[in-house]
Amino acid sequence: MRIVVVGASLGGVRTAQALRRLGHDGPLVLVDAHDRVAVDRPPLSKAYLAGDDPEPRDLLTDEQASSLGLELVLGRPATGVDLASHEVVLADGRLPYDRLVLACGSHPRRLGRLTDRAGVHLLRTEVDAVALRDALARAERVLIVGGGFIGAEVAWTAHRRGVAATIVEPLPALMVRGLGPELGQLMTERHRRLGTDVRLGVGVEDVTGERGRLTSRLTDGETVESDLVLVGVGTVPATGWLEGSGLTIEDGVHCDSTLAAAGVPDVWAVGDVARWWHPRLEEQIRVEHWTNAVEQSGVVAKNVLGDAQAYDAMPYVWSDQLGTRLQIVGRVRPDDQVCFVVGTAHDDAFVAVTGDGEHVHAVVGAGATRELMPYRKALVDGAGWSDVLARSAAVSPGTP
Amino acid sequence: MRVRVDLNVCQGHGVCHMSAPEVYDLDPEDGHSIVMLDPVPPEHEDGAQLGVDSCPERAISVVSAAVGAANNAD
Repeated sequence: MRIVVVGASLGGVRTAQALRRLGHDGPLVLVDAHDRVAVDRPPLSKAYLAGDDPEPRDLLTDEQASSLGLELVLGRPATGVDLASHEVVLADGRLPYDRLVLACGSHPRRLGRLTDRAGVHLLRTEVDAVALRDALARAERVLIVGGGFIGAEVAWTAHRRGVAATIVEPLPALMVRGLGPELGQLMTERHRRLGTDVRLGVGVEDVTGERGRLTSRLTDGETVESDLVLVGVGTVPATGWLEGSGLTIEDGVHCDSTLAAAGVPDVWAVGDVARWWHPRLEEQIRVEHWTNAVEQSGVVAKNVLGDAQAYDAMPYVWSDQLGTRLQIVGRVRPDDQVCFVVGTAHDDAFVAVTGDGEHVHAVVGAGATRELMPYRKALVDGAGWSDVLARSAAVSPGTP
Repeated sequence: MRVRVDLNVCQGHGVCHMSAPEVYDLDPEDGHSIVMLDPVPPEHEDGAQLGVDSCPERAISVVSAAVGAANNAD
């Protein structure tokens, strides 16, 4: 059986490794448009960007690829899939498959021509991270467009490096999609206390000038001068090449609960590109986090080899910023109430649960990994809101 | 199967414990991972492997039976 994996990044590499571990000894092909396997990305906006990590880590060394017996097809973009003939179409040829895994990930969202200007950075690849790190080393001021996790992490890194940061975010708080409005506002205040200039409810209209002397015009008419601009406004799944293939594409590859592409035989998706039916959350979701790609890889590998396991792990993401580690398990909904179960909103370290008063939707911790675990377990076990709050009242919270 | 946590690399993310609480616990003092099952019995090998795979710092490795063991020291 010949298995082709499109995408030599986290999800693709881990799927290939798991396939071998599970005993697949037939041909295993890893395809990517880039001419090398990706590095591990989380440090690119964290330790590597701060200069703490000298080198990004390879996801797969040449030796590992060779010992796994992988056929690497790199530097050759896939341009389509022929489902009828079971072939991946490349710009310069075709690759037959018996089973196909789509691990093609996502691209950073661009802001039209704004992102083409010299001095305006994106942060996705190792090349991006090197350019941003070097630019920050020479900068006094950085404008960060987008106040999600990436923007907040870069603002923290800039602060540590003595670079004055301004964040522009159209939503009413930083990281509001991940944390919800209340916890988002709490973390926004913490960034502001460090001196980061956070502009909420506005976007960037235009950037003029040149590298080192950029002027950004905001939607509220204000202008911000900076040496460089980082655009971190989320990602879009890399599905352009799959249009017209017969696969259902709806903000990602539409999959069932086992990560199998809907209505199509022999195709699975993994990582950022998979929009799958989450049986526990009872919705079709797409998750762009590291742990999601890793854990899905193991399940997809089993399913490709004949199993049919549903993937129902609770989404998990961490973010290193403000000298601490934020951890989020589950999904905070916009209307959720928030209850601090360890520490308070005034403590550096805390654990909060969010939910609708009946169900717990998420557990959010700052600098409190161990304290977060029992609440995570309660969430995974489906404990009710009042049970979880009763638990927090029963243990004396103390200082984590 | 035996797994080992490199405590110089472990940053206390706790993801291994989330993946397989029966195999990995967290040190009450510093939050570092502690391997609870050594060797890992066959029924928990999947979980142990998931812990290895899901460590953001790659602090956990599968070691040969001859090496193992010495990781439970706090």
